[in-house]
Amino acid sequence: MTGKLTIDHGIVADCRDLARRITGDLMGYIRAHTTDSVERSVVRLLGLDGADKSGTPYPNVFVEAAAREGGLSSGAAGRLADVMLKTDLNPNDAVRAAEKGEVLLTDVPRAGKDERERVLSPLVDGAIGRIEKNRASRERMRTDHPMSEPPLLYVIVATGNIHEDVIQARSAAQMGADCIAVIRSTAQSLLDYVPYGPTTEGFGGTYATQENFRIMREALDEAAEELNRYIYLVNYASGLCMPEIAVMGAFERLDMLLNDSMYGIIFRDINPYRTFIDQHFSRMINARADIIINTGEDNYLTTADAYDAAHTVLASDFINEQFALHSHLEPGQMGLGHAFEIDPERENGFLLELAQALLIREIFPDAPIKYMPPTKHVTGNIFQTHLVDMLFNVCSVMTGQTIHLVGMLTEAIHTPFVGDRYLSVRGARYARNNLRGLGRELRFIDDGVIQNRAREVLEAAHGMLGEIADIGLLGALERGMFADIKRTPDGGKGRRGVVEKAPDYFNPFEAILEAT
Amino acid sequence: MTVPGKKSRHITPYGDSFGDGAVQLSFTLPEVTGEAAKEAARRLAMKMGIDDVYVSACEDIGSGMSFIVLYGRTKHGVDTGEIEKYLADRGAATEDVPGMKVIDKMIAEKLGRPIVVLGACIESDAHTVGIDAIMNMKGYAGDYGLERYTHIDAVNLGAQVAVEELVRQAEKRNADALLVSQVVTQKNVHIQNLTRLVDLLEAENLRDRLILVVGGPRISPELAKELGYDAGFGKETLPRHVAYFILNKLLESEGTS
Repeated sequence: MTGKLTIDHGIVADCRDLARRITGDLMGYIRAHTTDSVERSVVRLLGLDGADKSGTPYPNVFVEAAAREGGLSSGAAGRLADVMLKTDLNPNDAVRAAEKGEVLLTDVPRAGKDERERVLSPLVDGAIGRIEKNRASRERMRTDHPMSEPPLLYVIVATGNIHEDVIQARSAAQMGADCIAVIRSTAQSLLDYVPYGPTTEGFGGTYATQENFRIMREALDEAAEELNRYIYLVNYASGLCMPEIAVMGAFERLDMLLNDSMYGIIFRDINPYRTFIDQHFSRMINARADIIINTGEDNYLTTADAYDAAHTVLASDFINEQFALHSHLEPGQMGLGHAFEIDPERENGFLLELAQALLIREIFPDAPIKYMPPTKHVTGNIFQTHLVDMLFNVCSVMTGQTIHLVGMLTEAIHTPFVGDRYLSVRGARYARNNLRGLGRELRFIDDGVIQNRAREVLEAAHGMLGEIADIGLLGALERGMFADIKRTPDGGKGRRGVVEKAPDYFNPFEAILEAT
Repeated sequence: MTVPGKKSRHITPYGDSFGDGAVQLSFTLPEVTGEAAKEAARRLAMKMGIDDVYVSACEDIGSGMSFIVLYGRTKHGVDTGEIEKYLADRGAATEDVPGMKVIDKMIAEKLGRPIVVLGACIESDAHTVGIDAIMNMKGYAGDYGLERYTHIDAVNLGAQVAVEELVRQAEKRNADALLVSQVVTQKNVHIQNLTRLVDLLEAENLRDRLILVVGGPRISPELAKELGYDAGFGKETLPRHVAYFILNKLLESEGTS
């Protein structure tokens, strides 16, 4: 491939080899373990949904019962099959009957593998069938209602009330947004369960629940018919419930999920082992559901400096790419992240941003790259922020980014008002239309600021990956090599939920998903 | 019209001539478009005390809503003398705050022991950008964070720290000061969180042994005082402002000032 940056593709290939080694070192551990959230996602796939009177979701009720009677090392699915065989009820009715005290979820006889597989088989087919059907519907809708040419304009709604979110999402789609992300309530990433049902109160966002997903999907499908443009629905498979959110997204036809392999570790202090296992299973579900994942490298630049730490973003993109490949995601599903965060006061800052944005674009040519707007050097002067956002828009269009998070002029003040979204989307559309062909027309001079910067960042990322390959990814996290934040292998939340699989571990979806 | 340069005077916004009271305002109106939206915007502005309203933009933004930009002249003004008096009463810091090196030296020489500072985003708040800006080695806007101070032992506990955990850590580490960040303020959740911490510290008889500081984009010194905190830092706070405050407070209480 010939690029404008004339980078050394030998170094790029070597970076990929290093990242493959770094992630490969963890795959043995990942495949030999499960977590309570993986098990909850398995019973969700088998149709368990709902919550008891105290609000505890049935998947938690069941998986906790299974854990109590001997741990999850054999998998929750087998015990669910046992309960179904004993009670002759489907999973929901069985848990409901147990809540009333009519049947027991524990102390039921253990059936053999064949019998378990037989009773679960229609449920497994049902789950995979539902996911396949959603894939087909998405394909059909995208054909009938073609999406905008990238950059796809991505905006957030964050009212806390799903019904109010719907109003704002419709309005945003009318303004020209292509992707609507429903920001989650601020505490949700650290909840070890997924709330149930429609919700109307959240802090800084709206709880991700399966019913909320369904409500928003329906609204955006209506908007797609109206506007003759398919609108992507986005949510967040991060935190302590990555695999469960992925199941819900697959069942309700979400199109994109934030699903980073390390974000939870670094920014939410979730245990590294827990996160590595959860990200693998959740990504396998996303692979099967044809959901685009987004990674969170942009966040590194909110704590570390965007100039000094540019290579950490690239190194992490390589790592996220390899983890994604282990989960059978296609390059076209990998929304690898980066951001426009260099201090606006820096001389030639825009040239450096161009170099970095194009570097990512050239190295991951088939990935729907996710590009984040400035948030760090934004002061509350909305007029100034609007200008900085415009340079970001220009850079994004010029360098062919795919998923364009629309910068809001009121960043750092409040979650976007309707009018803020209007002005910001309009600015992004202005750039997208007005500069459409600019990138194709331009070449950079040899060894100029832009080419040199790209080379420098690539070489630094290469060096960093080499170092990580020596000490291991857990060691790198321990040293704070990403975002200057240090995490120890056994620290963080959710460590207790990690369980080593027994020889008789049973998960009817694992083989199917590993074969995606 | 008043004359510029006098000590205490009545001021109003300055557009293109002194004292014209020119203001710009923008907002979105639901359920009206076109002429109806313009008229609605004009009337709304007049109720806000704005005369000579000129609606310069009224754009249909879909869903039956209109985005308005308007200009006008406010009828109101403020007295600078009253403001100076208010600020003096409030004890607003007017002195210059020294930089890291000077503060570090002051800690060593005047206090003679390191300062232990614990920072956290408490309860539901997951937004560490504020606490990170103040505590991280890197700092913010060219001002180094507390972790870089030689004589400050700064521990950033990160996001969503339960108040019970923060209090436990404060005891365990024998902290001098707690730095609490609250970014999310939707439905006043920050007030509940901040109040819980004070209540717990009082219940544990720790409140008087600690300097309690809160920060966040919507935090004001008034709010902090009202909630029982020693100080509140809002936007544009730099790490050295916080370090200097804590040092002075310690010097004061240890009688070495």
